[in-house]
Amino acid sequence: MKKSTISDPFKEAREGKGFGEMNDQNDPVKMVLGHKDVRKCAHNWKTFQSGGEEVGRIVVPSEVHIREIRQIPFEVDPPEHKSYRDLVDPWFKRPLESSYQASLSEIINEVVDEALDKGVIEVVEGFSLKLQSRALTLLLNIPYDEADLWISWGTHVFRSEDTALDGDKANILYDYIDAQIDKAIANPGDDLYSVLLASEVNGKKMTKEEVKGVLILTFAGGRDTVINAVTNSIAYFADHPGSLDRLRAEPEIMNTAIEELIRYFSPLTQMGRVVTEDTQVCEHAVKAQSRISMCWASANRDERVFDRANEVVLDRKVNPHVAFGFGTHNCLGATHARQIMKILLTTLTQKVKSMEILDCKENIEDLDEFKRKVGYDSINVKFNKL
Amino acid sequence: MAKITFITSDGKTKTVEGTSGSVMELAVQNKIKGIDGDCGGVCSCATCHVHVKPEQWNLTGAPDELENDMLEFDENVSEYSRLSCQIKVSEDLDGLELTVAK
Repeated sequence: MKKSTISDPFKEAREGKGFGEMNDQNDPVKMVLGHKDVRKCAHNWKTFQSGGEEVGRIVVPSEVHIREIRQIPFEVDPPEHKSYRDLVDPWFKRPLESSYQASLSEIINEVVDEALDKGVIEVVEGFSLKLQSRALTLLLNIPYDEADLWISWGTHVFRSEDTALDGDKANILYDYIDAQIDKAIANPGDDLYSVLLASEVNGKKMTKEEVKGVLILTFAGGRDTVINAVTNSIAYFADHPGSLDRLRAEPEIMNTAIEELIRYFSPLTQMGRVVTEDTQVCEHAVKAQSRISMCWASANRDERVFDRANEVVLDRKVNPHVAFGFGTHNCLGATHARQIMKILLTTLTQKVKSMEILDCKENIEDLDEFKRKVGYDSINVKFNKL
Repeated sequence: MAKITFITSDGKTKTVEGTSGSVMELAVQNKIKGIDGDCGGVCSCATCHVHVKPEQWNLTGAPDELENDMLEFDENVSEYSRLSCQIKVSEDLDGLELTVAK
């Protein structure tokens, strides 16, 4: 097995009973595994809710004990959800603008050039974290230098080495966002904080707490996921030099290649919901107030939908993956993420001849019944100039 | 060359011309409101959902199984729903009228 391989630990359970069970901090989760069942549950926001009383419970592992602020629009259900989503959607589509793409291209060229100059680089800290943090300054529309602080926080804002969740570390982020909101109130600009503070939803001005909820979502949702997508892309192309050559020769397959890599990586393994009424998933009873999760990573390997599901097929034309979720709460940051992938892959084809994985330590998520590789804790890669 | 008309949620009508690619790409090039094509046309995001006029259903044909599965859980779906990324522009589509679902 190549070092870049991300295998599918869910196959047997998905094709058998259709679900898995995970005990998460004594609040069990029934993991829905099949593509169709996952989409069906994501669609049914009334029975499988995001906006319940207990903030943080839909995240797996649960953030009930480390977070009190509701993430917006993510932890709000329709119909209220729509007003918030309509407010933030245009802002999160800014990555489609050419000026945004030009700035993003500068950021990505800088990290690729640095990797080529150094020759050997630890990609997670030395490449992906920098790229992700600097790109986030564009999404928030704040100065580039602000990324230095975020980079200094390290890869895990919510986790320490030894625990999945760390309240003290999470507080660093929450306190930082509070301070930034106060700064924006004192001195409004054209950044996301200021724009949200000046916005109204349903005729009511956005509160500080609501603004904080949008920002926490933006920071948390786009950190590990982007870092893993970028790192896994480097690992994949290092292991498959022919694929990098092919992308160089056939830039017209860029779009299908991006969607396929995102399907294969599925940087967010799963997302939970709270069940509002006694019902069934996969012909199995689930009780009101219990939790389910939609396992995007499993759905994306479902052989009933994807031929050669465990292979990366760069020109896969029909690819109904759910790596960005599905339905009402699909990923708000997807436009930003897709632009990062597009510019990263383009820059690699322009500047990098080949890459070589020297050594790596895999990041394996412990999901009780399943162990899933989601990326790397560290990976040393040699970059060769074109 | 095919002339294709889009009717958007604000009631506006826009007719555009195309020769190749998908109907979604044609719509995005012409900035048709409500057609985003976020996934670039791989049938993953359902942001290119249109309703075909019933009498023109034979022009576009019905969705295949995977497209149908995507539509099954989409909002505002009708029996004449299609994802426009899966419709290829050709002369046969000349005169087609599509109502944007979003």
